[in-house]
Amino acid sequence: MQIFPRNSNAIARASLIIVAVVVGGLGWGVWELERTPYITNVGVRKPQPVPFSHQHHVTGLGIDCRYCHTSVEVSSFAGIPPTKTCMNCHSQIWTNAAFLEPVRESFRSGRSIEWSRVNQVPNFVYFNHSIHINKGVGCNTCHGPIDKMPLVYQAASLQMEFCLDCHRAPEKYVRPRSEVFNMRYEPPGFGNHVDFNGTTYKDQTELGNVLKTQYKVRSVKDITSCNTCHR
Amino acid sequence: MATNTQIPVEVPIEDQRAPVIEPGHTFSTIGEKVSNIVMKRPVSLGWVFGFLVMFSLTNMLLMAMGYLFLKGTGIWGITIPIGWGFAIINFVWWIGIGHAGTLISAILALLRQSWRNSINRFAEAMTLFAVACAGIFPLIHTGRPWLAYWMFPYPNSMNYWPQFRSPLIWDVFAVSTYGTISLVFWFVGLIPDLATMRDRAEKPAIRRIFGMLAMGWRGSARHWHRYETAYLLLAGLATPLVLSVHTVVSFDFAVSIVPGWHTTIFPPYFVAGAIYSGFAMVLCLAIPIRAVYSMEDFITMRHLENSGKVMLATGLIVAYGYGIEAFMGWYSGNTFDSFLLWNRLHGPYAPWYWSLLASNIFIPQLLWLKKFRTSTFWLWVISLIVLVGMWLERFIIIVVSLHRDFLNSAWGMYYPTKWDWMTYIGTIGMFLTLMWLFVRVLPMVSIAELRTLLPEAHVHEAEEVHK
Repeated sequence: MQIFPRNSNAIARASLIIVAVVVGGLGWGVWELERTPYITNVGVRKPQPVPFSHQHHVTGLGIDCRYCHTSVEVSSFAGIPPTKTCMNCHSQIWTNAAFLEPVRESFRSGRSIEWSRVNQVPNFVYFNHSIHINKGVGCNTCHGPIDKMPLVYQAASLQMEFCLDCHRAPEKYVRPRSEVFNMRYEPPGFGNHVDFNGTTYKDQTELGNVLKTQYKVRSVKDITSCNTCHR
Repeated sequence: MATNTQIPVEVPIEDQRAPVIEPGHTFSTIGEKVSNIVMKRPVSLGWVFGFLVMFSLTNMLLMAMGYLFLKGTGIWGITIPIGWGFAIINFVWWIGIGHAGTLISAILALLRQSWRNSINRFAEAMTLFAVACAGIFPLIHTGRPWLAYWMFPYPNSMNYWPQFRSPLIWDVFAVSTYGTISLVFWFVGLIPDLATMRDRAEKPAIRRIFGMLAMGWRGSARHWHRYETAYLLLAGLATPLVLSVHTVVSFDFAVSIVPGWHTTIFPPYFVAGAIYSGFAMVLCLAIPIRAVYSMEDFITMRHLENSGKVMLATGLIVAYGYGIEAFMGWYSGNTFDSFLLWNRLHGPYAPWYWSLLASNIFIPQLLWLKKFRTSTFWLWVISLIVLVGMWLERFIIIVVSLHRDFLNSAWGMYYPTKWDWMTYIGTIGMFLTLMWLFVRVLPMVSIAELRTLLPEAHVHEAEEVHK
């Protein structure tokens, strides 16, 4: 007595392949999805109370990062400038610009401007700006081309794999301290060369290893230990 | 004059024992009897009542887990220094219970112990359900069970593997391998029976369901050949698991430095304890099942007695483990070890330790006597006592070792909360719910393997020719 039609055999065999494809496909889908801006917010410009342009202030006017982010070299937090910093200039120029009204309002009332935060690591991650600056990690290594951003967006995923990429091999990314705030810095390699302590380097790994020793970057074992970041 | 003198014939030991299958059965009576429980037997009021009770307990488990997910593990009695409470006790208890099923189905199959054939099916089901209950506990005790997948080594955005040096990760592998192999083994063993069920089913829908599960089994010689090969290979794969799974579980404790945990006797003693409690659970289930479903022909006194003997043997290994622990407490000369021994015997949990000794060591010695081994009532009672005893053993190992640590300032007591009890009793409910469904949905003893016990299954061609 036949319960199933003849093609059941073919269906049964095909189902083996289908299950493998579906399971594999789902895995691949999750792998891709968790790295999309939908999850990471990379490249997503957030609306701000004042449309502050880093591009204009950094590239156009040549203001150094530290003019506003004053504590970046000495503190875990880079620092968001108080309204007074804005008013250093904007009490003189663009004094009537409508879109600067929230800045003037903040100055008059003493209430801070509420910027919406763009780059944020989770609460269980201990991150310190000063150590990175002092060991020769450039601003744009993590923050991307800030000098070309009319409105700031997150450039890196800030997922753990992003952090570990450098912590496992710091020589791939470190640069001379004098170049940390240089947004147009090009690492050595591909014909480009960088001078450091009177020597010319043509290769990033070569320079990186020298800098690691010079700046006393701690061993990979130390900086990849769980409690380096999860304290 | 020839007198009809009776020559005293020595009856071989084999024949003095109860048979593995009562006489009078044929291939078809076995198939009919086993499949009728699923196909023909009406659902009794008792079954429905029992099911409702067990199902309510399962729902209690779900409620306890739901509240746990809302509030966190703070609702449990665990605290410092007793950071591992009921969750780990119950995990070890359940996973241990599962071991009897694997021992019966794998090791006894390789050793060609024919008496396993009538109890392996529900013992394997018991393994699966026990592993399911066991698996719940490590999952929920993580505190954030929705992140439990972090314990698996999958390519993640953290670019990190789990900590392979942690016994808790070994646990993940041990238990998930165990669960997978047990499921595959059980299903492969079921295939010929599923085909029998398909052929005996009268309703087309039922026939189709069993037909799909039977995966086109027609019982051809080639099918049997492949089936036997697959079954043997799986038995070979499952055999090391009987030893490895509980060894790995014991490493959760043994690799630490806590007195009472830091001991090399743990792996063998845990494995023996696992099989001990597993056989106790087999008897606890087999005795009522064979009475209710009149399976006395298939699950004979031989099976019950053999299980009792296995319990006796493994129980003695466990007793040896306790003995060595006590001996080492004295022999090591280590203050903490000898204090641990004293504390077990006289400390705040002493009544539980004495109950443990009574229920795991003293009372089961009754099994030396044939009278107790062959009485279903006593076997059932002793099995229950052993199950309680093995639960107490894990309680003693975990709570008593932790509550008196190296520093007096870190001493404390453990008080399980109602949520602890609800979760524990809830898993018993879940286990029995699954058992309840299993006996009515699938053939509870292996029809195909029972048939091999019949004389018809043994072909003695050569002997016939010579006569």
